[in-house]
Amino acid sequence: MNDEYVLMKGNEAIAHAAIRCGCDGYFGYPITPQSEVLETLSLLKPWETTGMVVLQAESEVAAINMLYGGGGSGKRVMTSSSSPGVALMQEGFSYMAACEIPALIVNVQRGGPGLGTIQPGQCDYYQATIGGGNGDYNVIVLAPNSVQEMADFVDEAFKLAFRYRMPAMILSDGVIGQMMERVKLPEQKPRRTEEEIYAECPWATNGINLKNRKPNFHSSLESDPLLMDKRNEALQAKYAKVKECETRAESVSCEDAEYLLVGFGSMSRIAEEAMHLLRNEGYKVGLFRPITLWPFPERELREAAKNAKGIMVCEMNAGQMINDVRLAVSCQIPCDHYGRMGGIVPDPVEVVEAMKQTTLKR
Amino acid sequence: MTKEEIIRPENLVCGKPTLMNDAPMHYCPGCSHGVVHKIIAEVIEEMQMEEKTVGICPVGCAVFAYRYLDVDWQEAAHGRAPAVATAIKRLWPDRLVFTYQGDGDLACIGACETIHALNRGEKITVIFINNAIYGMTGGQMAPTTLVGMKTATCPYGRDVNLHGYPLNMTDLAVNLEGTAYVTRQSVHTVAAIRKAKRAIRKAFENSINGIGSNMVEIVSTCSAGWKTSPVKANKWMEENMFKYYHLGDLKDVGKLKD
Repeated sequence: MNDEYVLMKGNEAIAHAAIRCGCDGYFGYPITPQSEVLETLSLLKPWETTGMVVLQAESEVAAINMLYGGGGSGKRVMTSSSSPGVALMQEGFSYMAACEIPALIVNVQRGGPGLGTIQPGQCDYYQATIGGGNGDYNVIVLAPNSVQEMADFVDEAFKLAFRYRMPAMILSDGVIGQMMERVKLPEQKPRRTEEEIYAECPWATNGINLKNRKPNFHSSLESDPLLMDKRNEALQAKYAKVKECETRAESVSCEDAEYLLVGFGSMSRIAEEAMHLLRNEGYKVGLFRPITLWPFPERELREAAKNAKGIMVCEMNAGQMINDVRLAVSCQIPCDHYGRMGGIVPDPVEVVEAMKQTTLKR
Repeated sequence: MTKEEIIRPENLVCGKPTLMNDAPMHYCPGCSHGVVHKIIAEVIEEMQMEEKTVGICPVGCAVFAYRYLDVDWQEAAHGRAPAVATAIKRLWPDRLVFTYQGDGDLACIGACETIHALNRGEKITVIFINNAIYGMTGGQMAPTTLVGMKTATCPYGRDVNLHGYPLNMTDLAVNLEGTAYVTRQSVHTVAAIRKAKRAIRKAFENSINGIGSNMVEIVSTCSAGWKTSPVKANKWMEENMFKYYHLGDLKDVGKLKD
């Protein structure tokens, strides 16, 4: 086991973790606040060590389609970007979901809409969880709240993406991407051999053993509505399984909680501090942090909120995850929202004040 | 003589490449796609690259190309085939990776991906079917539609003041330092088919030998889109298309600059 701690940015941790977990290829386009991912990879030159391909694409559109090609051929491929860039990639998400192609996309979010700001934001929650592309599809979304989780979630996301043959996303934000923390990097794993890829991905388009099998192809087009209906049913059955098996969440001091703070990513760190401040004043407040945003950890939230009189959802957006929280508790518990937009990272004291004005009165 | 007597094996003068299956093609009568599919299948077979080939098909008439040629295929989003091919080739450097794209896919919506993949010198082959029209969507104006040519979206003829000029992507590709072999062919006669096949073979060999990016344009007919018969379409192509899109090798360098 690797016991050595290093100090680095979340974006740098993503790059190191990608090399160490045996990633085959990174394809990306520079955009603030995540350019350190491609910069770090370019500096580390993994093509000389593990053989990992690193390519600066001509656009985010090209980058996501490189993932479609690379993932479709059975390789572990990834990209990273920030909000406006991820918006450009949405067509590719839809195609990969339709063709059941695994890949990892990292979104280090900034404030929007439009070009918005290069400061942190969490306003791509809807885009990530209910899809920005066309059609009925989902991608697995993991939300790290530390530099350590930025590193750990790379391998985890790849495992989920290949287990279910679908894109997985790490939905981070400018705070986690840019801040430096101590991190224990994963052990160096070898990249898979051709034989291992063929065993794991018999559906992949790479020509291996073609003479003894039917040709493989990836296509999202289906002209027969009955067949298209069946394909959609199969996708939905898969998503139901992911919802059943892969929800992840963290509950802090929820056992006796009369009030619940709910936040993901960097906002969960701020909410946790607010929780401690309120506990010091005698309020029984707990923190619930969804780690998978899709599938949303509904059962875990219901358990954490079983004694709650009120829930405060904190996000760096106008109120997006709050709707999943309301659905999870079937609107049986009143839900309030505290959100800041435009790249403002709220102070825990602001959350405490918002709690006192609304949720704690319930 | 009955049909069965005619198609006896001993009467065959040439065979269908084994990589081509028996699925009925959806292409219209007189269309060039079928011929180009066939010569690609022949070249892959002759090079014995069946187990090392990945084709990327476009959005457009060739969207179903994977149904007819028994190699591994990916169908790319509209225009993105060169990006898809870039990743596969870089991740599987000993594979034969080619894109098969029409004029709308390659020269319009995918112009950015095409130029950048070619300019990076990706070791791929881009096969470019140029019939100067959008076939699959029913005959709209393409970036390669000739001046004065009538389509569903320029029913009075392409007017440069209204629609701009035809985009000659292959001439553009010649000037990119990443391209090794750039050629423009056709498949309207037996002689032309043989030349086109030789061109595809050369491009595929370059791709395997890691010599730059390679582009083979096939000036093609679309009798349905041009609203004429297959024979007249060939004639119209010779008289009009070849004047603007000159046939022949446009660039052939054995090696890229360092």
